[in-house]
Amino acid sequence: MKNRLKVLRAERDWTQAELAAKLAVSRQTVNAIEKGKFDPSLPLAFKAARLFDMAIEDIFQDDATT
Amino acid sequence: MSNPETKTNPHYAESNKNTTRLGLWTLAWLITLAIAAFGPKLIWNFHTALTVLAVLINLAVGARMIFANKQHLQGLDEMHQKIFLDAAALTLGVGLVCGVSYELFEDIKLIQFEPSISHLVVLMSLTFLAAMVGGHRKYR
Repeated sequence: MKNRLKVLRAERDWTQAELAAKLAVSRQTVNAIEKGKFDPSLPLAFKAARLFDMAIEDIFQDDATT
Repeated sequence: MSNPETKTNPHYAESNKNTTRLGLWTLAWLITLAIAAFGPKLIWNFHTALTVLAVLINLAVGARMIFANKQHLQGLDEMHQKIFLDAAALTLGVGLVCGVSYELFEDIKLIQFEPSISHLVVLMSLTFLAAMVGGHRKYR
């Protein structure tokens, strides 16, 4: 699954640690999600969507549909 | 050395608390295990009531350690939970398969010594450790 987390984070000038604190996960988890190595659960994806005030599908895209 | 992330990220604060709690209960379990193992011979000369009491305390502390481990797991974020559960699944499989085979080896005379549970504990510990390291490397 691809995502725009790194771009959205950079636009807000947040570090991985700051984004991790806002999502209440570890920095390593944010890093793994940004690199596409770990797919977040639906609740965490919703949390990220709320944080960036965007729809989930605008942040996370299924590989099959892109 | 304190990590500055610990102060700003609620996840770390909770996780560190759970880890400390698990460490303390594990230490307590080891101490009560040592007392139950060596106390009868070295301290109270195989007094049955004291031995039973020591074993019961060890089991009670062990139960609390298991609960602390569950709390520790629940306090991890979802990626670290996955790493932990993958490692636990591998450890369970290796422990079961190798444990049964190890016991069988003595029965069918492939080994001449009596299998010891401590060998299995060491194997499971090393498996869990290797799986945790591998899991962290996978998502790095």
